[in-house]
Amino acid sequence: MAHEQHNYLNHQKGIWSWLTTLDHKRIGIMYFVAIMSFFFLGGVFALLVRAELFTPGKTLFSADVYNRMMTYHGAIMVFMVIVPGIPAIFGNFVLPIMIGAKDVAFPRLNLMSWYMLMIGAMITGSTLFMQNVDTGWTFYTPYSSIKTGMGVIPMVLGVFIIGFSSILTGLNFIVTTHKLRAPGMTMNRIPLMVWALYSTAILQVLATPVLAITLLLLIAEKALGVGIFDPQLGGDPVLFQHFFWFYSHPAVYIMILPAMGVISELVATYSRKVIFGYTAIAYSSLAIAGVSFLVWGHHMFVSGQSEFAGILFSFITMLVGVPTAIKLFNWISTMYKGSIRLDAPMLFAIGFMFLFTIGGLTGVYLASTGMDVHFHDTYFVVAHFHYVMVGGTLMALMGALIYWFPKVTGKIYSDLLGRIAWVFIFTGFNVTFFPQFILGNMGMPRRYYDYLPTFTELNQMSTFGSWLIGTGFLVGLFGVFHALLKGKEAGNNPFGGKTLEWTIPSPPPHENFDKTPVISGGPYEYR
Amino acid sequence: MNWFSFITATSFMPVPATKESGDVDNLYIFLLVSGLISFIILIGGMVIFIFKYRRKTEDQKSAYITHNTLAEFLWSFIPFVIMMVIFAWGWSVFHDLRRVGEKGDVEVHVTARQWAWTFKYANDIEINSPSDKKLVENDPDSTLLKPEIVVVPVGKTIRFILTSDDVLHSFYVPAFRNKMDAVPGRRTTFTFTPIEKGDFTVFCTEYCGTKHSNMMATIRVVDGEQFAAWQAEKLAASAGASNKGPAERGEALFKGSLGCGGCHSIDGSRIVGPTFKGLYGNKRDFADGSSVTADDAYIKQSILVPTAKIVAGYPPAMSSFQGRIKEDEIKDIIEFIKTLK
Repeated sequence: MAHEQHNYLNHQKGIWSWLTTLDHKRIGIMYFVAIMSFFFLGGVFALLVRAELFTPGKTLFSADVYNRMMTYHGAIMVFMVIVPGIPAIFGNFVLPIMIGAKDVAFPRLNLMSWYMLMIGAMITGSTLFMQNVDTGWTFYTPYSSIKTGMGVIPMVLGVFIIGFSSILTGLNFIVTTHKLRAPGMTMNRIPLMVWALYSTAILQVLATPVLAITLLLLIAEKALGVGIFDPQLGGDPVLFQHFFWFYSHPAVYIMILPAMGVISELVATYSRKVIFGYTAIAYSSLAIAGVSFLVWGHHMFVSGQSEFAGILFSFITMLVGVPTAIKLFNWISTMYKGSIRLDAPMLFAIGFMFLFTIGGLTGVYLASTGMDVHFHDTYFVVAHFHYVMVGGTLMALMGALIYWFPKVTGKIYSDLLGRIAWVFIFTGFNVTFFPQFILGNMGMPRRYYDYLPTFTELNQMSTFGSWLIGTGFLVGLFGVFHALLKGKEAGNNPFGGKTLEWTIPSPPPHENFDKTPVISGGPYEYR
Repeated sequence: MNWFSFITATSFMPVPATKESGDVDNLYIFLLVSGLISFIILIGGMVIFIFKYRRKTEDQKSAYITHNTLAEFLWSFIPFVIMMVIFAWGWSVFHDLRRVGEKGDVEVHVTARQWAWTFKYANDIEINSPSDKKLVENDPDSTLLKPEIVVVPVGKTIRFILTSDDVLHSFYVPAFRNKMDAVPGRRTTFTFTPIEKGDFTVFCTEYCGTKHSNMMATIRVVDGEQFAAWQAEKLAASAGASNKGPAERGEALFKGSLGCGGCHSIDGSRIVGPTFKGLYGNKRDFADGSSVTADDAYIKQSILVPTAKIVAGYPPAMSSFQGRIKEDEIKDIIEFIKTLK
């Protein structure tokens, strides 16, 4: 029986053994608990923001309270949920197992990364009780540096520390992938999830320091009056945007690449078929990572930067569309002549492709300079990035949760509950965010507390959709408790996966493998 | 109605009101149609495969297909070509929207500040928007203010020269399909040629604090004669205003070009800053614990160096009016405040 076995969950006992653990699997679970708590908080803020927008004028809160909720919703979701989400939780759990390693390269650094996320989150979160921040998650100067309260300083200090958590995790994954692969596992035999995490890690290590420096400069200006971004002190307000997006555009791919890795695994397993175009998917991840460094200026077509800069950034941005399209074509081709089962994780994968296609195609609108001028900073943009980031990342996160749940806990997540959650989340996303494209067409700007009466019906539809999403995630959460208490015993490989984690017991033993595996073929050999 | 005006109308785009906006709509239609076709190919293919290749028996085998070079080349190359077309088309439309350095037939200096726009014509006509009247009168919860009307002539090239007094703002007119940030310490331009008469709403699209959603104005496009008549009427009104008493001039400044009413009420209600009702001659308590009786010197200091004394319970949000206000105008404002008992 599985629960009598010696595994990583019963290897040591007590809360202290968890808080000092160096086991990547336990750290993954600690990330899961932490990030899901942040997700709950960010979700509550989202529901409140949408509730306020149910009618024009004041519905529940004053404009100041609304602006703060909008800020915390964005900052929590971006910095504490979607950026660390899949790499920190599932990357930590499966990456070493997928390449046949006993742990990550630097287990202590891995634990430290978790603590840095917690410390950063606490400092950022403390501003909720002391001095609320109302800048939006982008902290644009000079509003953040001269026009609002000092709460901005602890807020960005927290984000700065969270950034280091991200850098250290990335560093750990790069070294692990390079140094700890099992014998025979060449780079062209690693699972696509590992390729995605590896590409993400490169972005984390190279881009995040720029955010750190930017936030330090912001603190220097606000606390010490050093003129960097504030024109009254001789600074340049647009400089902040260049710095900020130099990180935050690659960050979009830090959010979406791991999700793409998850989708590659799910599509292969549930189609029971060798992945189509392994090399293309793997190298397109690297291509996306590389090009994404050169596109930050597409956030600034109307900022007053030169027309030439706008055109150049538009051109490079278009190039990102190609590797992204390649991935979609590859996943769909993997399903061709497959043996497809529509279990809950596959439904989430299909939902991902549906929402991500809409998000990606509308991204082309925004990459085109002449069109972007109309849509920039309207609800069209809000809809677009929620389709990509939320529809994409959170769909993948739910799929990953149900797919790897048996491996992590030894219990099977109820497929029925997974499907019910999917119906609510998928329908809810479309009901919430599709009307926002139309609001953008009509010209409703984003971050608005109050709006013209002509925008009312579409906003109400959107708010209604947010309740569906909320319900879906509550069902998903219920599924976790249900599976822990009443879930069926999983066995080693309940879904017929081919990657290495399915060759070891569920839950895995303390050091993953009794005997180091030797690899002699690709990761998805369904023959 | 031809097919493409049908598409723009059903996508809820505002009626295109400038020469440039029609070109943007043509690009929009291309994006919409090519996007829909791509969506149908991708998602349609996916849905067909889901149904056709559903697992019927547990031992059902799948085909072993690792790659197909021709297919992969085509689905990389074709999207690349389409995206280059969209890029080049977007570039050409963008170039028409920007027209940097081109002088307008009518030139207006637009200054943004929290949370109002000031439009200043070459002949010193000045419009401040929004007004202090509510936009939706019967709704006590509505926070929107009625936009003031800025008049421009149809068929001429209009150039707005934008800047900001405090933080970033963005000047956006959906019907013109055009938008430009107002950046402190910098001048940017917003050039357009209106072809439709009517009223068009201006929004602020760069988040700028509490009343961001309230920064509206109305651009009214009229024919040349009506524009000339409007200008003459405005000039006459401002000539009349200079014959008024100091308190009345102060009231005009308060409500008009200085835009004090955006943050300070005169009826005792709390907006962003403290109310001016009952201010003069009464005690003020400050955040640092000190207090003073509000007199001419205190009010003058508050206008020129607003951060010197912060009233308890309010944020240090006001920017200095140094350089934007004359000595006489300060006196007029003080006279006006004296009347607010």
